[in-house]
Amino acid sequence: MTSSADAAVEVIGLRKDFGATRALDEATFDVTRGEIFGLLGPNGAGKTTTMRILLTLLKPTAGTARVAGHDVTSAPVPVREQVGWVPQERAVDPLLTVMENMTFMGGMYHLAPAAARRRAAQLLEVAGLAGHSAEVARELSGGTRRKLELAMSLVNVPAVLFLDEPTVGLDIGARRDLWAYVRQISREGTTIVLTTHYLDEADSLCDRVAIIDRGRIQATGTPGELKTSYQASTLDDAFLAVTGQELAA
Amino acid sequence: MTATNLWREHRVLFGRWLARLRREPLAMLALLAQPMVWLVLFGHLFTKMTVPGGDYLRFMTAGAVVMTTFNACLTGGVELLFDRESGFLVRMLAAPASRVSLVTSRFAYLTALTGAQGLIVLVAAWIMGVRYASGIGGIAVCLAIGALFGAGITALSVALAFSLRSHSQFFPITGFASLPLTFASTALVPLALMPGWMRAIARLNPMTYAVDALREMIMTGWQAEPLAGTVGALLAFDVCCVAAATLAIRRGIR
Repeated sequence: MTSSADAAVEVIGLRKDFGATRALDEATFDVTRGEIFGLLGPNGAGKTTTMRILLTLLKPTAGTARVAGHDVTSAPVPVREQVGWVPQERAVDPLLTVMENMTFMGGMYHLAPAAARRRAAQLLEVAGLAGHSAEVARELSGGTRRKLELAMSLVNVPAVLFLDEPTVGLDIGARRDLWAYVRQISREGTTIVLTTHYLDEADSLCDRVAIIDRGRIQATGTPGELKTSYQASTLDDAFLAVTGQELAA
Repeated sequence: MTATNLWREHRVLFGRWLARLRREPLAMLALLAQPMVWLVLFGHLFTKMTVPGGDYLRFMTAGAVVMTTFNACLTGGVELLFDRESGFLVRMLAAPASRVSLVTSRFAYLTALTGAQGLIVLVAAWIMGVRYASGIGGIAVCLAIGALFGAGITALSVALAFSLRSHSQFFPITGFASLPLTFASTALVPLALMPGWMRAIARLNPMTYAVDALREMIMTGWQAEPLAGTVGALLAFDVCCVAAATLAIRRGIR
């Protein structure tokens, strides 16, 4: 367990019940500042529930969680100010231009109009989207739209960035392109928590991963540690050993 | 939450609604043309009807303003339902912006939109020969009454948007409510010409209050007492609708 001072995310005994269904069961893990942390699990394992609690969109039934030093239950607004998020669902307005989407999100994070425009231009440049800024978002390809969503999630210079299945539906080229952008964001010091179905990518991208199944954290460690512990040659094999099932891509 | 932050949220949210309208030119054309259709179509359809004041076009101008507001506001919540369906709403909820701003910006946008539509009706009616007994100041009051009525209808629409699962449920419900509520009001026909049972319903219909107040302003001039009564009734209606919307929103974003 990381000391509190080093932890960007601390989750202790987190539980979430939806009626009689327990979606998350005594989950405990932490994410160190600056690392890329993968939350891996089959559909319905509790990954998105965990992420939504950390984003203050859901209240936990029990347990505590702190993000960037703030408790998600008692201090949701400071948490929201410190996080960025790319959800599985659409996160852009298809009728706005790329630049309008960026400045819109800037306003939602209380940036002054001029500051929002400056930040947007800077992020679009870094993401390689400067040439698309006047295009309406519905005209963008899947990969370009995903990059825009990533850029939008960075308008507030987040301490922690959550990526929920960011490469679903993208072709291999677009996936590589997106992961390169994620690595670049990480190098700039942003802590990244992501979920992905592509274990080979998690293997090469993540500093540490947690395997979650049926709402419980089953294993945590670096991809190398997990492979050694479960005598597996790939993260897929380690995942299979931990959960008894393959992660369908 | 500081006033500056609230202003910034409303600025971008309002701007977003406007930009979306600009990108749908057909929708914008329909919204601006609809008031004219009400005026021209109904103004000529019922021209032989005996109404107080004798001139049907003048009589129904108030109805055209209120019907326009009613229709725009009744479907006004659907954009929030689209945002719920697409996942964009939850993305906005992850930002530190106030939840209330997501709804109040929609109110502000619809007030501006229906105000513009109401003005189009009043100007078009003036071109067609209708004169306003309460003058320019009366026109401003007519638009304010429209906004007061529209606020309650928008709140109901927002409540519906947060209560339903999809827009495929939203439109049949609003479509079903629209015509009966319009005809069971004094928008097109005076109370005296309605059958007794319909008159009873029309007297409970907030649209009747809004139409009658506007009609007084257009046909008679300034009447402080009935105007104050109407404003009171519409405020009470708005409070009930906003309470219903608040409950629905709390449940919808849980």
